[in-house]
Amino acid sequence: MVKPDTNKKSASGDAKDPGRRDFIVVATYAMAGLGAAAVAWPLIDQLNPAADTLALANIEVDISKIAVGQSITVKWRGKPVFIRHRTADEIARANATDVADLRDPQVDIARAEKPEYLVLVGVCTHLGCVPLGQKTGEVKGDYDGWFCPCHGSHYDTSGRIRKGPAPTNLEVPPYDFLSDTVIRIG
Amino acid sequence: MSANQFKSPVIRWIDHRLPVFSMLHHTAHDYPTPKNLNYMWNFGSLAGLSLAIMIVTGIVLAMSYTAHVDYAFSSVERIMRDVNHGWMIRYIHMNTASFFFIVVYLHMFRGLYYGSYKAPRELLWILGVVIFLLMMATAFMGYVLPWGQMSFWGATVITNLFSAIPYVGESIVTLLWGGFSVDNATLNRFFSLHYLMPFIIAGVVVLHIVALHRFGSNNPIGIDTRGPQDTISFHPYYTIKDVFGIAVFLLLLAVVVFFFPNAMGHPDNYIPANAMQTPAHIVPEWYFLPFYAILRAVPDKLGGVLLMFGAIAVLFILPWLDKSPVRSARFRPLFRIFFWVFFANAIALGYLGGKPAEGIYVILSRVATAWYFIHFLIILPVLGMFETTKPLPKSIAEPVLGGFSSTPEQAYAAPRRS
Repeated sequence: MVKPDTNKKSASGDAKDPGRRDFIVVATYAMAGLGAAAVAWPLIDQLNPAADTLALANIEVDISKIAVGQSITVKWRGKPVFIRHRTADEIARANATDVADLRDPQVDIARAEKPEYLVLVGVCTHLGCVPLGQKTGEVKGDYDGWFCPCHGSHYDTSGRIRKGPAPTNLEVPPYDFLSDTVIRIG
Repeated sequence: MSANQFKSPVIRWIDHRLPVFSMLHHTAHDYPTPKNLNYMWNFGSLAGLSLAIMIVTGIVLAMSYTAHVDYAFSSVERIMRDVNHGWMIRYIHMNTASFFFIVVYLHMFRGLYYGSYKAPRELLWILGVVIFLLMMATAFMGYVLPWGQMSFWGATVITNLFSAIPYVGESIVTLLWGGFSVDNATLNRFFSLHYLMPFIIAGVVVLHIVALHRFGSNNPIGIDTRGPQDTISFHPYYTIKDVFGIAVFLLLLAVVVFFFPNAMGHPDNYIPANAMQTPAHIVPEWYFLPFYAILRAVPDKLGGVLLMFGAIAVLFILPWLDKSPVRSARFRPLFRIFFWVFFANAIALGYLGGKPAEGIYVILSRVATAWYFIHFLIILPVLGMFETTKPLPKSIAEPVLGGFSSTPEQAYAAPRRS
């Protein structure tokens, strides 16, 4: 940064002590760098969700109309959320699975606050497609849960990955029961 | 200048094939600059910085802005309230526009005072006037985008200027609007052009700099540099001086952005556009006021429009109006007085442009408008012929070092043409 010949030519006392000059130069660049970072941050942070976007981050869903064995899909934060009112058989099969065999070991109780209602983010953990299995007649995969048509991931009745490329189970969004029939997601 | 001077082998490798680093080095490092530049020479780099700030903040604002008559106003309000740091980014964009004009006006007055437009820098000056025109168009279209009352009525008034053109005026205005009034089509094309034009300005700025570096900067005494003894390298001497100017500039900008963000704006623009009602008193942004005053001073529609554009057109031919061979006002006692009269007159025009067009203001506007043109069209040519100038120093060093000129040339003080 500092050319030695500049120092030699200089008539000031600094010429005898190039270290002082180096310090000033480094300090100047450091301050400029700090300033640049402070300016860059707001310009980058504006890309993050705005306040009104965040304000829409929660939704309330009435689940009383979902018959046993039926599923509904709701939109939450721009993504599909699957809510399935599971049959006793589906719950039993989810519980009967040996957790040790799973790629992403998780017991069913940890995935459903009330066993009858399974709430999942309907986005395949492989590359983001929406798995099939919500509507009657759709392919539900080898484990009777969901099947992702993009790259063939099979999910079971607890939304856990059983076969195919997806690395983890379908995500369970944060939710709680406001009453017996209404849940708030987010 | 060879590529070998770069320490890093990577830079040397690239520079050998693509000499961008040599070019930069040549332009911003070695570039020989007169050693007597004062702080009036800071405004070029400040204008460049302003353009950069405008482009960066503008690109960011465009990410959250919606160019539609039904959404534009609310999308700007959303930027102010909901988008992270949106209020700050918009206030920076708004106020840097004003600062850009302040800086460019000072840059232009600097050029006027020190005769920077004279040979061989005529094209440099003309390119600067082109930039100024592009800036005015860009600023005008940008002001329309928030779609407030002033946006809408400003757009209506300014586009209607073209209706003064005989025969084809109405058709041209319809063409500009894309409809029968300022409406969604107008807003959309203004947004498109407002985004485009800063990049055109940047292109002309490059030409401006190329033209500048052909003969180098003018300087406060306005004589040519005669060699290395009259110049110093741009870096570090003028980079550090520019950085100091930038620090002062940013400090002032920050004061306005954070404490008086709307001081240079107009409250009516926070009312959504209403095509059914014109605000009681329409004024353009402050930087257009002198030209607005000229427009209103003429009691004839076409005449007013012609004079307003003429006020800028006259700048294009300025290098041929002022025939005095002496550049700097320091050695032109009469020109110096007239320069300051012109400066005061320009400020007066700005003041009058912001006042209602009635009573004494109309008369004063007419006097000031007349003087604006008299200065360029009569005073400057006449001064060039009859003014007795002071003797010019023999070299840039002479005024500082006394008679110890470093050039062997004869100390003949007659004004010289370069």
